[in-house]
Amino acid sequence: MNHIELQAIYVMWLRHMKRFIRSKSRLVSTIAQPLFFLFILGSGFRIATFEGLSVDYLSFLAPGVISMSILFSSMFTGVSVLWDKQFGFLQEVLVAPVSRFSIIFGRTLGGATTALIQGFIILAIALALGVRIAGIANLLMTIVFMILIAFSAVGFGLTVATKLEDFEGFQLIMNLLIMPLLFLSSAFFPVTQQPILHTIALFNPLFYMVDGLRGSLLGTAHIYPLPIDFIIVLCFCIAMLGIGSYSFHKSEI
Amino acid sequence: MTRCYYRSNSIRKIRMPIIETDHLTKTFDGFTAVKDISLSVEEGEIFGFLGPNGAGKTTTIKMLTTLLRPTKGKATIDGADIITQRDKVRKSIGVVFQEPALDIELTGKENLDYHARMYGIGRDTRKRRIHDVLSLVDLTEKQDVLVKTYSGGMKRRLEIARGLMHNPTVLFLDEPTLGLDAQTRQAIWAYIRKMNKDYHTTIFLTTHYMDEADFLCDRVAIIDKGSILVVDDIKTLKNLVGNDIITISSSDNKNIITNMLKNNWVKNYEVHDDHIQLGVEKGDEKIPLIIQQAQSLGIQVRSISVRKPTLDDVFLHYTGRSIRQEHTDQAEKLIPPRFRFRGSHR
Ligand SMILES: Nc1ncnc2c1ncn2[C@@H]1O[C@H](COP(=O)(O)OP(=O)(O)O)[C@@H](O)[C@H]1O
Ligand SMILES: [Mg+2]
Repeated sequence: MNHIELQAIYVMWLRHMKRFIRSKSRLVSTIAQPLFFLFILGSGFRIATFEGLSVDYLSFLAPGVISMSILFSSMFTGVSVLWDKQFGFLQEVLVAPVSRFSIIFGRTLGGATTALIQGFIILAIALALGVRIAGIANLLMTIVFMILIAFSAVGFGLTVATKLEDFEGFQLIMNLLIMPLLFLSSAFFPVTQQPILHTIALFNPLFYMVDGLRGSLLGTAHIYPLPIDFIIVLCFCIAMLGIGSYSFHKSEI
Repeated sequence: MTRCYYRSNSIRKIRMPIIETDHLTKTFDGFTAVKDISLSVEEGEIFGFLGPNGAGKTTTIKMLTTLLRPTKGKATIDGADIITQRDKVRKSIGVVFQEPALDIELTGKENLDYHARMYGIGRDTRKRRIHDVLSLVDLTEKQDVLVKTYSGGMKRRLEIARGLMHNPTVLFLDEPTLGLDAQTRQAIWAYIRKMNKDYHTTIFLTTHYMDEADFLCDRVAIIDKGSILVVDDIKTLKNLVGNDIITISSSDNKNIITNMLKNNWVKNYEVHDDHIQLGVEKGDEKIPLIIQQAQSLGIQVRSISVRKPTLDDVFLHYTGRSIRQEHTDQAEKLIPPRFRFRGSHR
């Protein structure tokens, strides 16, 4: 890859970081929302007992909330291509003598970076609240899953953005697709006790993300072995990035 | 008139064509927005693409700048094909879009810096160019301020500066002064002239403002409903409708026009509700003749005046409609609200 493409990737990444740091309201709301989930659900369900849960509820919940915050933040990055389209900036990028791939890649890196920063902030808070990481290898696996989740969601967001004309469509997708999938992913409560929910979960990519992240972080309380989660999430991630960059590539202004 | 045409033609042969299009066509779901556009723009000239809203100007620019794929036809920029050699085309062009294309969450300087990086300009050159173009458009003092606080005119100037950052061979300007106040427009015209002269940049600009094309362009193509009606230098076009235009209002416009047409010095005419127009040469000398003829017919001339033709007369000549008329009707509706107030508070 030559110099100009690296510059393009860097520019797209840097631009994203600058915008993220300058947009205080976004920073606050993307961190506040997961915190509410952590505190409210955490304290609300503390007394409830879920059958077969090998850890306390807060530990169970923490990876779910981290997944959620990474998902939302990354999806938002992907979809924010719509903003660039609306504000005309996308045209400026598309007439530059750089490949579409570099533009997408830089943006994806930027989105993943900000999502990871948010994920780590939640993780730090969870640790402060008493959640325990099983070990150093577990931390590394956690990071791997966080990155995969971020990339998948950026890819999904990009795909959505190239198909949509406005933000109402995005709201619809969030409310009617992502939220149900998230609730059925065992992010907030175990879904494998009920056969129907378990069957649905098998077809839910978010389930493997949450399960993998939970398994990595806690070293326990997950349903499937980590390699299985990892392979499924990796395949999903590659597919989403592929579809996302393909749609972006094909889209005209 | 004929001599002038051939002379400019022979000059043209020496120059290099830098943009060439061949039956360029774009169809959106069965609607042909741009139809069979064939033209050639020479190195170093300011070429105007003049037409009313919806004529297909932006669509043409988007095809030439590789953002839209033509449905039919071909085009080359500086020898590079816009379909098969997109990267090469992108390297040699600068574009200022009709709609603002800045990142408003970044500062002016950041916008320029990021642009330069994407064009592979090294750090030292980058610094120097940023400094140069910022002072060209008088934005040096505002360089570290977020673009969202800029006025419309300032944004436009920053975009023009950005278009120049990488020294493009051709600069495309899509309605560069749309919605700007008179003072800002004139400043921008001056910048356009200056960069054409100083950097020898070929400029392809679209506009629906007659005065803009008249002031800036060497040659214009008049486009309406997706098709080019005529391409020529402005002087030739104006001569086409007469060196002078005489406007007459009288008690019997119909009668007077039938009689006027018997004069072989009337090159063309237009009849309107309350007045008629004649295209003639040496208009001042024709006024006494017209009054004399009218009196002998017993027609009372209410008013009579001579003026130089404008590009609007040329447009009217080719379409039977006035470009100005369309704009008072449509402009407000077609410009999205967020662009309407651009530059109102410079
Ligand atoms: N993406 C598109 N889809 C459908 N129609 C379009 C699209 N872009 C432009 N048009 C139509 O093509 C015509 C020419 O538009 P445009 O090139 O923007 O005109 P101009 O820039 O001269 O005002 C208009 O009628 C417009 O509605
Ligand atoms: Mg336009």
